[in-house]
Amino acid sequence: MLRTVLIKDLAVSRGERRLFSGLNLELAAGEAIALTGRNGAGKTSLLRAVAGLLRPEAGEITFEDVEADTARAEHLHMVGHHDGLKSTRTAWEELRFQTLWTGGTEASARVAAQRMDLNRLLDLEVRRLSAGQRRRLALARLVASPRSLWLLDEPMAPLDAGHRAAFGQLMAEHLNGGGMILAAVHDPLPVSARIVEVGA
Amino acid sequence: MKAFLILLRRELALAWGKGGGPLLALAFYAGVVTLLPMAAGRAPEKLAAVAPGIAWLALALAALLSLERLFERDFEDGALDLLALGPASLEAVAVAKCLAQWLTSGAPLALAAPIAALALGADPKIIPLLVLCGLAGGLAFAFLGGLGASLALGSRRGGLLVAVIVLPLYVPPVIFGAGALDALAGGLPWTAGLYLMLAYCAAAVALSPLAMAAACRNALD
Repeated sequence: MLRTVLIKDLAVSRGERRLFSGLNLELAAGEAIALTGRNGAGKTSLLRAVAGLLRPEAGEITFEDVEADTARAEHLHMVGHHDGLKSTRTAWEELRFQTLWTGGTEASARVAAQRMDLNRLLDLEVRRLSAGQRRRLALARLVASPRSLWLLDEPMAPLDAGHRAAFGQLMAEHLNGGGMILAAVHDPLPVSARIVEVGA
Repeated sequence: MKAFLILLRRELALAWGKGGGPLLALAFYAGVVTLLPMAAGRAPEKLAAVAPGIAWLALALAALLSLERLFERDFEDGALDLLALGPASLEAVAVAKCLAQWLTSGAPLALAAPIAALALGADPKIIPLLVLCGLAGGLAFAFLGGLGASLALGSRRGGLLVAVIVLPLYVPPVIFGAGALDALAGGLPWTAGLYLMLAYCAAAVALSPLAMAAACRNALD
């Protein structure tokens, strides 16, 4: 289990353009950080850098006593705009694969489907789902396979009010259990979170 | 290993599920073999002479068909992020993808090759070697094809790029395989060609996953 994320003097560029530099951040167990900033400020890039998908130009990201590779393979979830769901497969097939792949079980996938209010949708092909339903399906793996660090990119944008509240409840439970959340948002998170502006 | 099997199962389901996959490759193969006599003339002795070569060549080309989407699909919809954050290394992910590609297109094609070769009038004694070459060569085609597909990730004319990268790499196994088949049909020693092809195939399977993983990391960055 991860207890901290330490970001030291991080700089990220896309092509020729420097998105941000000198970014320092410490995230501790049970804590949530809301990343804000204008469009294109580098919020998504920061999340991808923490996930190890993007090589920062300078600085380092460490997870205290867990090796970065292990942390990324076993202890973090990332849910972004591109949800990786295959439109021709059923919601259940996709949820089942994503759950097993990230270390959960079929039973935990069932529980997650229940929690995310997906039970009626499981037999449908993913392309039949609305944007909000799709997002709930993508978020379900957070519940289905417990990992300490959640990297979320605009997680609630397509959700309706009821499901936002329900997901807020899930985030609160995750934090109470010692989890961590790093989320790029434009609207405030429904849990108490430190606000960090990227690229200010 | 468990993660590898979970992924392999998904890849197989995706390859079968999208309705193309094996059927498309088999249809293409059947097309080449049926059209050949109409294009090249019907004289049986002429056809029988080129039959092993054509059956083998069509295998190589059919293997190219669905390569472009091997990584591109997962790259575009974000699934590659998820695969990169899973318990298996990207090298293992690449192996699972290429293996699934082989199981759904290379292997069925290799098993269909004898029918095509016999229909063209090839000597039945080459059939076992044709199947063996098809299976092993197909494995090499799948892995080298995956290499091309991963290098073309994110480029606009991906399909063209895949073909340009992959075709030169396909040349050695095609030459060795066709050489072995020809030698067997002509009653000459044929094992050297087969061994060279198997060696090439082993090298492709062993080395290309490293390059594929690096190419994927590069594309995600």
